[in-house]
Amino acid sequence: MRRRMKQGLTLGGLAVLAALVCLPVIWVLAGSIKSSVELSDSLSPILLENGGRVRFTLWPLFPTLRHFMEVLLQSPSFFVVFWNSVRIAVLTLGGQLMVAVPAAWAFARFPSRGNGFLFTLYTVLMMMPFQVTMLSSYLVLDNLGLMGRQAAVILPAVFSTFPVFLIYRGFTEIPEGLVEAARIDGAGDWRIFFHIGLPLGSSGILSAAVLSFLEIWNLIEQPLAFLEDKALWPLSLYLPEVGLGQAGTAFAASVITLIPAVLVFVMGQDYLEKGIVAAAMKE
Amino acid sequence: MKFCAKFNCIWPSRRRFRRLLFLLPSLAGVFVFVLLPFADVARRSFTTAVNGRWNGWANYEMLAGNQAFLLAVKNTLRFTAVCLPILIGLGLLTAVLLSRLPRIQTLKACYLLPLAAPAATVVLVWRILFADSGLLNGLLAKFSLSPVRFMESEAAFWVLVASYVWKNLGYTVILWLAGILGIPESILEAARVDGASERQCFYRVILPNLKPTLYTITVLSFLNSFKVFREAYLVAGAYPHESMYLLQHLFNNWFTGLEFDKMAAAAVCTALVMGVGSIGLKRLWDRQGSW
Repeated sequence: MRRRMKQGLTLGGLAVLAALVCLPVIWVLAGSIKSSVELSDSLSPILLENGGRVRFTLWPLFPTLRHFMEVLLQSPSFFVVFWNSVRIAVLTLGGQLMVAVPAAWAFARFPSRGNGFLFTLYTVLMMMPFQVTMLSSYLVLDNLGLMGRQAAVILPAVFSTFPVFLIYRGFTEIPEGLVEAARIDGAGDWRIFFHIGLPLGSSGILSAAVLSFLEIWNLIEQPLAFLEDKALWPLSLYLPEVGLGQAGTAFAASVITLIPAVLVFVMGQDYLEKGIVAAAMKE
Repeated sequence: MKFCAKFNCIWPSRRRFRRLLFLLPSLAGVFVFVLLPFADVARRSFTTAVNGRWNGWANYEMLAGNQAFLLAVKNTLRFTAVCLPILIGLGLLTAVLLSRLPRIQTLKACYLLPLAAPAATVVLVWRILFADSGLLNGLLAKFSLSPVRFMESEAAFWVLVASYVWKNLGYTVILWLAGILGIPESILEAARVDGASERQCFYRVILPNLKPTLYTITVLSFLNSFKVFREAYLVAGAYPHESMYLLQHLFNNWFTGLEFDKMAAAAVCTALVMGVGSIGLKRLWDRQGSW
């Protein structure tokens, strides 16, 4: 009985914390279905600085989908920016996997003398924040004539070493005996890579993909530094430009931006958790 | 290493060639986009920005006397020193409580949600919360406390701390949880049989076994702390209140102002600190024994 009560208390406390953590996102959802009148009324203290205080109820007085219609049907600029985001995400993710999967395979399956040093180099690079490599990225992008193009955001990200590290973890878990058996049966390096490595390492690859996607969908520093033309910006940088003055539109656009991230998150939660843990495990 | 030496004898050059084929795209990209340009940055840190002439240590000396740089370093260090213990402690508490419950998938999802939500989507909520006439001040007024100018005072620093903890709590909880669930049940069972109380189990068995996890979480939380710039920039712009002016702001502003000489020197210093730090910590882990 006492044990039961204790468990109930624990659950209660944790649930309150969880609700608190989720509250900002719930507010965004609530804001997106409030009418313009209600929004401008409740936000007027910030917008007009009339001395009042903001009230922001969780449940709208008259729920409406109008802002979504406006964003989806009447604002071509939103579409441009949305597709910018999709393009950047797809190209970066695709490029990352094409580069990182074979590299991880090389680290995991072809041990050689240089491995230790190279791998340490990759780990150190993975830990460098963007600000440290900002100037060097700029120098090379400027030399290649890529500044101001989306390739300036995509290309450096493609060669990020973080996915290599995560996928490597997955590959090292493949039993050596399996690879040896395939080799004895006459399978070449490529066959082993495609028929044993890819399927058995898929969980590590998916972990890397989920973590990468969430990161790319939230890109701010890179486009801010390397893309001057706002028509090329991704959603993550463009959204804050829509101010509180058009709160309804801003909230609806935020919800639409959230949808792909939350979808990937919900479908990939297991892989996400695995990825987080794998990134942290010592060798 | 002995193992690979033996292998190299069996397939000498072919094997190495195949390995290179797999590794080449990544290695080439890393060289072209990161290593070579960074070497150039290191060279530039010893030259003047205007005509590229050799300048010795002058840029580094300039850095040491630069008010903005010192402020940014101080704030970044202070931010780290305040955030890490809060995040790590709160994460541990949450994970320990979670580990006692049977079904926790939904709760975990709630804690992880901020990680998935792009900074841009919640910026509006931040503005509504922390504005002078915003929700938090409304809450303070209800308890008849005087209002706080969150973005225009020392409080800005704490807004930053709160948004960092909010964003990274889930990440930390998952890591702690993996550490806790990785402790073999048999050790805990043995302690209980010997008459250890729940509290003793926690302090004598669970905590000592989590030491390697602590190193990991510290490093990762430190690295993620640099990403707090996103929220900071979106809410407060390029020149926020000076209590939350971080190294990231400084790099960004130097970049916009084309002050590449100082930037190069600062990038080299930061890279050195982070590189030496991460290799040092890796050494420490390796000595800690396995998970």
